[in-house]
Amino acid sequence: MTRFLTPWETGLLAVFLCTLALNASFAPEFLTVQNQINLFQLSIEKIIVSLVMTLVILNAEIDLSVASIMGLSAALFGYLVNAGTPGGLAILICLAAGLAAGLLNAALIARVGIPSLVVTLAMLIGFRGLARVLVKDNSLGNFPRWFTDLGQKGLIGPIPLSILLFFALLLLLGMVLHRSSFGRQVIVIGTNAEVARFSGLNVARVKTVLFLLSALISALCGLLYAARLGSVRGDTAFGFELDIITMVLLGGVSIFGGKGSMTGVFLSILIILNLRNGMGLMNITGHMQTGVIGILLIASVLLPNLLADFRARRRKDA
Amino acid sequence: MTGLLSRASPQTLRILALALALLATILFFATQIEGYLSPRMFTRISTSAAVVLPIAVGQAIVIMTRNIDLSAGSILGVVAYMTGQLLGAMPDLHPVLAVLSCMALGGAFGALNGIIIAFGRVPAIIVTLGTLALYRSFLVEWSDAKTITTASLPQWLVDLPSANAFSILGLDIRVTVLLALAACLVTGLALTFLRPARRFYAVGSNPDAAVMAGINARRVVLTAFIISGAFAGLSGFLFLAKFGNITVVAGMGFELKSIAAVVVGGVSIMGGSGSMIGVLIGALLVDTIDNSLTRWAVVSEFWRDALLGGLIMAAVTLDTLANRQLARLRKGRAE
Repeated sequence: MTRFLTPWETGLLAVFLCTLALNASFAPEFLTVQNQINLFQLSIEKIIVSLVMTLVILNAEIDLSVASIMGLSAALFGYLVNAGTPGGLAILICLAAGLAAGLLNAALIARVGIPSLVVTLAMLIGFRGLARVLVKDNSLGNFPRWFTDLGQKGLIGPIPLSILLFFALLLLLGMVLHRSSFGRQVIVIGTNAEVARFSGLNVARVKTVLFLLSALISALCGLLYAARLGSVRGDTAFGFELDIITMVLLGGVSIFGGKGSMTGVFLSILIILNLRNGMGLMNITGHMQTGVIGILLIASVLLPNLLADFRARRRKDA
Repeated sequence: MTGLLSRASPQTLRILALALALLATILFFATQIEGYLSPRMFTRISTSAAVVLPIAVGQAIVIMTRNIDLSAGSILGVVAYMTGQLLGAMPDLHPVLAVLSCMALGGAFGALNGIIIAFGRVPAIIVTLGTLALYRSFLVEWSDAKTITTASLPQWLVDLPSANAFSILGLDIRVTVLLALAACLVTGLALTFLRPARRFYAVGSNPDAAVMAGINARRVVLTAFIISGAFAGLSGFLFLAKFGNITVVAGMGFELKSIAAVVVGGVSIMGGSGSMIGVLIGALLVDTIDNSLTRWAVVSEFWRDALLGGLIMAAVTLDTLANRQLARLRKGRAE
């Protein structure tokens, strides 16, 4: 019999309710539908990518290149549209570029066998560099009207495409992770890749699929971001990997792989969204908010460790 | 040829290959850029590499212990800014004390990283990704949107970047270059001859075995991060001297540049191996490419980061494949 929520997730739920109550007491209009939509919209691209990152980290890998792929795809779109390419075709080319980036990551990680930390760190620099090559010091806009509408306006009622996409992906990846054999493989490989290989699992194939998916979704989110902002620059989505990884780790996913759940990540996403909103209400600047996220990232791994130490010591004393 | 290859140590081969790559890069740009092989270009590249070299040396020690320091660039920025403020307020401070205070301040930030990593058992990548943001936002708060300007700095510091230590063959060796080279050389000698310094290699190549052998692995990792912070602080001092004007974005991206120099310089990202001569050539190679691209008309300077990423990837891939090949050759010979 599995429990409904793990202790970590229960803790997250409590923290989430606290931030929610705090926000609502600060501003009574906080709980309106429109405000909740705005809340999600402000970070929607990051939280979509964090869903895929959950699978990658559960697999005991990491993808630091996601934000650079987002930037590259957005920059490529700006470049293509301003060179006269029709919007639809440009979207396809950007997604293909994302897949190509993922293929490069996957080949070096799964086939050559270089640690994903090194590969994606190099690609973080490289793909960001390519984005800069495409847009130089400019800011590129002039996107088709339907494209920016997709990013800014509601698709079904007041709910925009990106939010629908987030919840669809949350359900889909949650099912894949916790209910499908592929999900089991991801977790087993993340727990012990050596054992998984000797059990006959195709480790390279699973890792390839994950890095392809991560890059594809990142490219898609780069496009969503471009549509929402209406223009792109060389530093579009710069540094997003910090927020994305924080969301996953705060959700209770172990950086060593194998342990964690989609429920936890969803709760941690809600906490971070509310926290950012609350800090905004308290006039805390964007830079300080990033600092707070940094502390949160460290604390989300440090606290469980200290708790475990504390428990072990108490058991020894008893 | 294969006999020679399998007999020389991988480390020697690596350094040889690196030196050849550096030579080839210089020769290539010499054919592309007019007046490239000049004393002026030498000064330009050597003073620029001098800023990167100390931070890369510190990064190398951390990477040897199988960790990584992503916060080094932020430490550099904070130290450069705070030292600028300090020297503005106390212009009579002795230069040696100024350098030492930079290293102490950087070391303090490094110690915070190291304590959380070694004693909180949090992976270095997580901690330093967090402090990369944290130290930078600390700087933004601390600076209160003010900038350090050259005018507020004491004269000796403003003159330092153009001060000459000595000249050989018409090439000027600047004092800042000498300082960076000294840091690299002292670290290199210590890593080769000092018993405690060998522990960095021991912990990096096999942490469990190191603990079994009676090494306090936690203390070694903490020391590595303190050293990394201190050297980032030294780079901060050189950065302040070179540029004079310091804003809150000072040193942004230097963590990646230092990792690039270290990895290109043949320090294994899996820990346990690497040499300071490799780091020196790595830093020179990365900076030569960086500085030359800005003068190369064929390719726009916007290609710098893209090529830097490609260079790191190529170096790591070649290293992995070459090591595998070498291991196979040796195995074949042994049978």
